[in-house]
Amino acid sequence: MDLFGRLTIESLPFYSAIAASGAAVTVLGALAVVGAITYFGAWRMVLTEWVSSVDHKKIGIMYIMLALVMLVRGFVDAAMMRSQQAIAYNSEGYLPPGHFDQIFSSHGTIMIFFMAMPFLAGLANLIVPQQIGSRDVAFPFMNSISLWLTTAGAGLMLLSLVVGKFSTAGWTAYPPYSGVQFTPGVGVDYWLWMVFIAGFGSTMTGINFLVTIIKCRAPGMTMFRLPLFTWTIFVTSLLMIFAFPALTVACATLILDRNFDFHFFTNAMGGNMMNYINLFWLWGHPEVYILILPAFGVFSEVVAVFSQKRLFGYVSLVCATVAIGLLSFTVWLHHFFTMGSSARVNSFFGTMTTIISVPTGVKVFDWLLTMYRGRIIFKPPMLFTIGFLVTFVIGGLSGVLLALPPIDYMMHNTTFLVAHFHNMIIPGVLFGYLAGYMFWFPKAFGFKLNERWGTYAFWCWIIGFYVAFMPLYVLGLLGMPRRMEHYEIAAWQPHLIVAWVGAFIILLGMACLAVQLIVSIRERNEALDLTGDPWNGRSLEWATSSPAAPYNFAVLPQVEGRDAWWDMKARGVAYQRPDKYEDIIMPKNTYVGAVIGGAGFVFGFAMIWWMWWLAALALLVIFVAVVIRASDDDSDYVMPASEVKKIEDARFAELAKAPRNEMADDPGYAGDPVPEAT
Amino acid sequence: MTLEAMTVSPRDAEKYEEKEFGFWLYLMSDAVIFALLFATYLVMVGNTAGGPTGKELFSLERAAAETLVLLLSSTTFGFAAVALSAGDRSKVLMWLAITVLLGACFIFLEIGEFCGMIQEGAGPERSGFLSAFFTLVGTHGLHVSVGLLWICVMIGQVFFKGLTAPVASRLMRLGLFWHFLDIIWVVIFSVVYLPGVL
Repeated sequence: MDLFGRLTIESLPFYSAIAASGAAVTVLGALAVVGAITYFGAWRMVLTEWVSSVDHKKIGIMYIMLALVMLVRGFVDAAMMRSQQAIAYNSEGYLPPGHFDQIFSSHGTIMIFFMAMPFLAGLANLIVPQQIGSRDVAFPFMNSISLWLTTAGAGLMLLSLVVGKFSTAGWTAYPPYSGVQFTPGVGVDYWLWMVFIAGFGSTMTGINFLVTIIKCRAPGMTMFRLPLFTWTIFVTSLLMIFAFPALTVACATLILDRNFDFHFFTNAMGGNMMNYINLFWLWGHPEVYILILPAFGVFSEVVAVFSQKRLFGYVSLVCATVAIGLLSFTVWLHHFFTMGSSARVNSFFGTMTTIISVPTGVKVFDWLLTMYRGRIIFKPPMLFTIGFLVTFVIGGLSGVLLALPPIDYMMHNTTFLVAHFHNMIIPGVLFGYLAGYMFWFPKAFGFKLNERWGTYAFWCWIIGFYVAFMPLYVLGLLGMPRRMEHYEIAAWQPHLIVAWVGAFIILLGMACLAVQLIVSIRERNEALDLTGDPWNGRSLEWATSSPAAPYNFAVLPQVEGRDAWWDMKARGVAYQRPDKYEDIIMPKNTYVGAVIGGAGFVFGFAMIWWMWWLAALALLVIFVAVVIRASDDDSDYVMPASEVKKIEDARFAELAKAPRNEMADDPGYAGDPVPEAT
Repeated sequence: MTLEAMTVSPRDAEKYEEKEFGFWLYLMSDAVIFALLFATYLVMVGNTAGGPTGKELFSLERAAAETLVLLLSSTTFGFAAVALSAGDRSKVLMWLAITVLLGACFIFLEIGEFCGMIQEGAGPERSGFLSAFFTLVGTHGLHVSVGLLWICVMIGQVFFKGLTAPVASRLMRLGLFWHFLDIIWVVIFSVVYLPGVL
């Protein structure tokens, strides 16, 4: 029997120094983590309090840790590409073509699937239950499965750097190139299985949050009182539930093509490769909005808090969010206008694409008008928001250009397109998530992030972004195709060198983020958030302690209006103690989610390398784990009222010591909450 | 013991409702998977690459037999649900066992059909049309197989735990799943077999 399938000793990366060093960094990184946990004697804590946790706040933190690690990995890929293109005029550069192709493929895959997706899931986990006044998500255990399946996918991504080679087919894996005829080997299979497995996690996240937002709101929290971030997660969840099946089908059919000789997308035998591209973008375009809507939600929260003013046009923002969600299913063909559809089809999708920019424009005006006549306090999250507003509009305009099929024919596959979507995703997604990270960090850990280093990070990121991507617009107009390993046109090189400088400035931005985190942890005692409400916040997540108690709210809040927490402070009913506390039923921690994720990882690895016995074994483990869990009718425990009282007593003792409002010292503070005329 | 006699706290009732709603959302998500597989099949139905067509391969008798056992299994599951609300444990067990038998018959017939086609040289590697056919019908068959495993697990739970509130709530969701697969099959019959044969 073939115990190791097609896995041989040649699969290890000793064929090239660059590949071997990438593998070494990955292996050493893993060893360093294991070593550090052992050194600090923290295994018990890591296992019992984190790996087995079903607490949405801890799951959210783990998601964001995963996202930040993958952000570094994805950024290294980007820096390597920029360096290669800066020197590869009339020369080979330092990366051979096959390796360069792996790097742009892994850059896109990592940034979309394993940076942005975990980041958004992490922010949603951390904040949504607290914003709606709930004690947890609807399905805490399924939440844990989602996390560990996503981690399993990310694990396969990292492993592909060590064992075997990654895909060279780009982050979209278009056939027939990604078919087995033109790309044998395991690279595309790695891509397929990691996306497939992580996709299951995302679908479950979508179901979980939709049910949470519909069913678990606090008394009085009607849909039109939901904070905007929760609204965007609501629409994002819907999109996840209905769009991810398309990715599942696209991946599953390509897996069948590659491994079992099916003919969905092959050149011959009745295959139809364009069908893959339709299926992929049927998921892919909603995915763009899955990523960007939560960032819009963050901006909506941040802009109101730091303008010290009620969000302008709440209803129009909600309507725009829902409209974007619906329209996102009607524009997917604009990713391949050049497929050769009839003029009628192309003009329909071109029209829909220009229409979808309208609700986005509505949002931009709402944010601007929130700032108008507000008392703006320029904390880092607000800087990212303003940087987003300015930069995103430029990307939106280039998008409207590309929405016109005749122009798209000219720009298709050039760096103009690369500049466009980075111009959407970096300010629109990454700035939003970084703003959310700095805004909600105190809620997760009980101390604020260093503002000075946050401000440096912002300036490096935004300047670096312009320097790195504006040249790519020009290069696109000069006719430079994307994904060039080397080139012979002298006019391109100066722009590519400028872009390389931009990447270097972004590297400084990454470094500032790292320094910010380290400095903040070291000086945490000077930036403690004792009230749980460091920014004079408006929504309910600021009503809990920082970090929030396991149950979030000892007594579920009674919501009377929008901006529920601001409203409670204005009416003088914030921080009120109940007469007595009650027992709280909480879900028990369990390892089953981590076991399922681990088995998912092994299953993916076994399928990639054709170790069928191991795949069957992993499936059996998943089955047994599910049956054991499904037969467990005792998955909750009761936290007695006495313990709740103890935790709350400690919280109120802290509150008594703390100044009520930590923003009050900031210049430009507009005053304490007062009832607003409606 | 009847369901009415079981004490379900308001919190538990809420939890079961949440789970049922979440399960509906899963089913809708799964329905999108099938919708896309149907669309793929319809795109590829003519791509026979010189190989056999549906007319030469499909047998209406076999498809009718498969339809019959699967629809019957849905009916018997319905009887199990009736017995559940009457709180009759042994009848629940009996009807679930009959449902498993009928579902196994369906899988047996389907595997026979697949094996016959593959032996005739009409396996999924023969043409795009056959790839799409095997994937669509096979995905449904895979769902039925998972459903059968689930029913077996639930037979165990009913046997060992009795008709407790959590078991009853799981049986309700299993019922949704099982009837959902029936609906998918009716569409497969109408979209794949009928036009293929007629």
